[in-house]
Amino acid sequence: MSLRKFITNKTTAALAVLITVFANTSVFAQDAAAGAAAAPKVDMGEVYKSVIFYILVFLAVCLFIAIIGKAIRVYELSREAQGKPVGINWNRIHASLFALFLVIGLYGVYWEYTVHGAMLLPAAASEHGKKIDEMFNLTLIITTIVFVVTHILLFGFSYIYKYSAKRKAYYYPHNNTIEKIWTIVPALVLTVLVLMGFLTWRSIFFKVEDPNHKPLQIEVTSEQFKWSIRYPGADGVVGNKNYKLTTPTNPLGIDFKDLNSRDDEMADEMVLPVGKPIKLILTSKDVIHSFYMPHFRVQLNTVPGMRTIFEFTPTKTTAEMQQETNDPNFKYLFLCAKICGAGHYNMQKVVRVVSEAEYKTWIAEQKTYLNDDLRKQFNLPVAPAPVKSVADSAAKDSAAVKTNQMALNK
Amino acid sequence: MSTIALHDEHNHDHADHGHHKETLISKYIFSMDHKMIAKQFLITGIIMAVIAMGLSILFRIQLAWPDKNFPFLETFLGKWAEGGRIKPDFYLALVTIHGTIMVFFVLTAGLSGTFSNLLIPLQIGARDMASPFLNMLSYWFFFMACVIMMSSFFIQTGPASGGWTVYPPLSVVAKAMPGSGMGMTLWLVSMVLFVASSLMGGINYVSTILNMRTKGMDLWKMPLTIWAFFLTAILGILSFPVLVAGVVLMVFDRSFGTSFYLSDIVMGTDILPNEGGSPILWQHLFWFLGHPEVYIVIMPALGISSEVISVNSRKPIFGYHAMVYSLIGITVLSFIVWGHHMFVTGMNPLLGGVFMITTLIIAVPSAVKTFNYLATLWRGNIRFTPAMLFAIGLVSFFISGGLTGIFLGNASLDINLHDTYFVVAHFHLVMGSAAIFGMLAGVYHWFPKMFGRMMNAKLGYLHFWLTFIAAYLVFFPLHFLGLDGVPRRYYAFTEFEFMKKWLTVNVFVTWAAIMAALAQVAFLFNFFYSIFKGKVAPQNPWESNTLEWTAPVEHLHGNWPGEIPTVYRWPYDYSKPGHDADFIPQTVPFSQTMSSNLPHDFEGNAEAEKIQQDWELANPVEENKG
Repeated sequence: MSLRKFITNKTTAALAVLITVFANTSVFAQDAAAGAAAAPKVDMGEVYKSVIFYILVFLAVCLFIAIIGKAIRVYELSREAQGKPVGINWNRIHASLFALFLVIGLYGVYWEYTVHGAMLLPAAASEHGKKIDEMFNLTLIITTIVFVVTHILLFGFSYIYKYSAKRKAYYYPHNNTIEKIWTIVPALVLTVLVLMGFLTWRSIFFKVEDPNHKPLQIEVTSEQFKWSIRYPGADGVVGNKNYKLTTPTNPLGIDFKDLNSRDDEMADEMVLPVGKPIKLILTSKDVIHSFYMPHFRVQLNTVPGMRTIFEFTPTKTTAEMQQETNDPNFKYLFLCAKICGAGHYNMQKVVRVVSEAEYKTWIAEQKTYLNDDLRKQFNLPVAPAPVKSVADSAAKDSAAVKTNQMALNK
Repeated sequence: MSTIALHDEHNHDHADHGHHKETLISKYIFSMDHKMIAKQFLITGIIMAVIAMGLSILFRIQLAWPDKNFPFLETFLGKWAEGGRIKPDFYLALVTIHGTIMVFFVLTAGLSGTFSNLLIPLQIGARDMASPFLNMLSYWFFFMACVIMMSSFFIQTGPASGGWTVYPPLSVVAKAMPGSGMGMTLWLVSMVLFVASSLMGGINYVSTILNMRTKGMDLWKMPLTIWAFFLTAILGILSFPVLVAGVVLMVFDRSFGTSFYLSDIVMGTDILPNEGGSPILWQHLFWFLGHPEVYIVIMPALGISSEVISVNSRKPIFGYHAMVYSLIGITVLSFIVWGHHMFVTGMNPLLGGVFMITTLIIAVPSAVKTFNYLATLWRGNIRFTPAMLFAIGLVSFFISGGLTGIFLGNASLDINLHDTYFVVAHFHLVMGSAAIFGMLAGVYHWFPKMFGRMMNAKLGYLHFWLTFIAAYLVFFPLHFLGLDGVPRRYYAFTEFEFMKKWLTVNVFVTWAAIMAALAQVAFLFNFFYSIFKGKVAPQNPWESNTLEWTAPVEHLHGNWPGEIPTVYRWPYDYSKPGHDADFIPQTVPFSQTMSSNLPHDFEGNAEAEKIQQDWELANPVEENKG
């Protein structure tokens, strides 16, 4: 008798709670509707911006959750009082949610691969970049397979082997054969990846220089928050620098006593001849930056007190890339990828890859770093014959290479 | 140990004399009881986590709406968000302190500190840590480190802002950024205190595990949690001092004009006098700690999840020995992989190749662990307690984040991925989310042990599902930003044409992050409410085998009222055929479970095997039934 009374009480309570929930939601809905209706009259912008509004929304959500929680509790208590099995089988709910998560998650991954995957960098525009892309694709295929399979197993097992009072788990503490297999198989797969990666890495950083096909030297100097580019001039060698020579007129601290420096040219953008190997000499004036040229798969930090060197060969001109990406505004660029201060997020320069002929006309137009002020500073004759300088340095080319080598070793 | 035992008796005999009257201060503040210290670590860790999460929401707001004003930001942050917009310098401070707090204060101290302290004595059967006083100091050094780190928000130039790796010269030259002034000094001081705390803790954990195990608890009967804490502590002891060495050199460079990390530096046209140092040296010293550090973060989480998964699958953990050996493998290998953080920093490329090999080898023990988790779930009888949900979530994150590590560990691929959002996505999944999930699994699982009450399971379910989904929504899309060449630590994506297409993704990610943050309210409410009002916990709420559940629910100094229980078997005898219950606690001798004993259990003890054989001959029916 009393039990029945209890049950009816609980049921009524549950009903009451549900009604309250419904009433509340409809009240909220009305509020929202009223808010929407009032929108033209009052400037809602301020309200939406105000934190209080969001806090209220959040509290309302909390209240809603609390009410649902209470309703569940009441339901469960009433089941318990009736002597029926526990009201909600949470194990089954979680198992189903995991299965659902698996399905939706896999679809989400597919969606990401196809939609966001289509927004990525275009294919590499450099020789070594192609190898990197191949490696990337191989790794992506392997990892995606492992990712999908392991997740199917993880959530699949969670679904299939959910708790049941009738069942007992299978006592299975170990199996050496299986364990050996899944130690050795990943080890083998990783060996393949390591070997390929190692060879690619070596081919990028350990290049044998072909004396007939010398790379074009370009020096890039970073500082907060800009890049300076130095082309080697006619001698093909970028001259020495010494940070102690830095002055407002000589911001890079170029040592003009070194003959190789005298014809070095400055440039506002990086122009590269297509198909020609480029040797980037990277230095930094103040803090560490990172020279990052994503389209060419080139990145190396610029470190003060150190020269870092990256060699690569661009394979596609800017015009070709514009066609390929169907974007007439496409530009190659390089940017800073190492945290370097407040302006880190905007340290960029445009890179233009052009044909050899275009490059020659462009480079001829660039000015040398050495100007009259600097000549005075370094006690050099103010108006030397430029032709002589070129001939001079050409004659000393081998010597220059030697000095450069020494600088490198330093 | 005998002195402690005596002490305990003394306590019993003379309790009424008031010899051990605990004051508020000795009980809650300067406590030397490992359980109280664990709670102190946990609550401090949770507070720091909330702060760090708040910081992340601030910079996520900046990333999502770089051109909008949020007046409330100015209300809270003053000049750092003038006009309701976070300044670039402060943005960098936010990411730096978010990283520092999360890695060191939450996932190292909050995770290892809490669970090593709580579980080591309870699971190996000891009355307390080897050195309770050192243990107390460890907490208070940690606490001071937190206070000093937070204090940097209250100085004129703001907190350190060179990234959590604080690479010199950016962090050393005060002129390079405002955060490299006083804020950086505080960062360094805080870090020294933190390392001191961590070392005191680590030495304590190792000595306790090695010396104070109860009778019968040999190394191969220890739960995987203890193995994980043990190896984590060893990692910490061997690697943290290197960080201190690096930090001291940095203090010298900053304050006494030395040139360990500096050379050839010109700020604008101001030529600095430093010569002969190398910024790369710091990176070596930092990552010599920094890489083991990520395993210091993840290994306790893996240990916790091993225990939780086994208990709630009602199955022994699959390949217990393989699990231990892979932890040992990870521990050893983690010391020789630090260079993979430096593939493109100008380190000799020859080294890059070597570090790539060692790095990818470490994927093997990680893979073994994952497969063993899956095998444990297979044919289990899975109870989805909140702890179990989080442990499954951990496995999922560990897989997802671990696989992207194969890209980053490959030096050639790292060229284009280094310092991009791909890295951000990778480590937030594999060490951020996975370790946090391990920690939450631990909290839900051992809350009854810590506070003697149960947490609300349904709020736990809600908490799990919201967090799990939101974490994937936050971090999965970030991979693609990285693959498009978007560098990390960028204040805004507005200056680059190619990044503008990611602005909508940023908005989405920020909303997901806000959802994840709000989901934590469910946890915080549940946690603090249950401490006082939760349902009183039964002795062994999860029907678990390990030793801590034999201790009484009410805490007492010394853990067990009488003698410390003796251990007879490994901790994973779940659902053993032939036994009526689906678990056999470690304290149950084999003589009481004749019907379920297996030849393997006796480890070649001929006498025991003989007894078992005789018994089986005498009870053939029982055996058939089993």
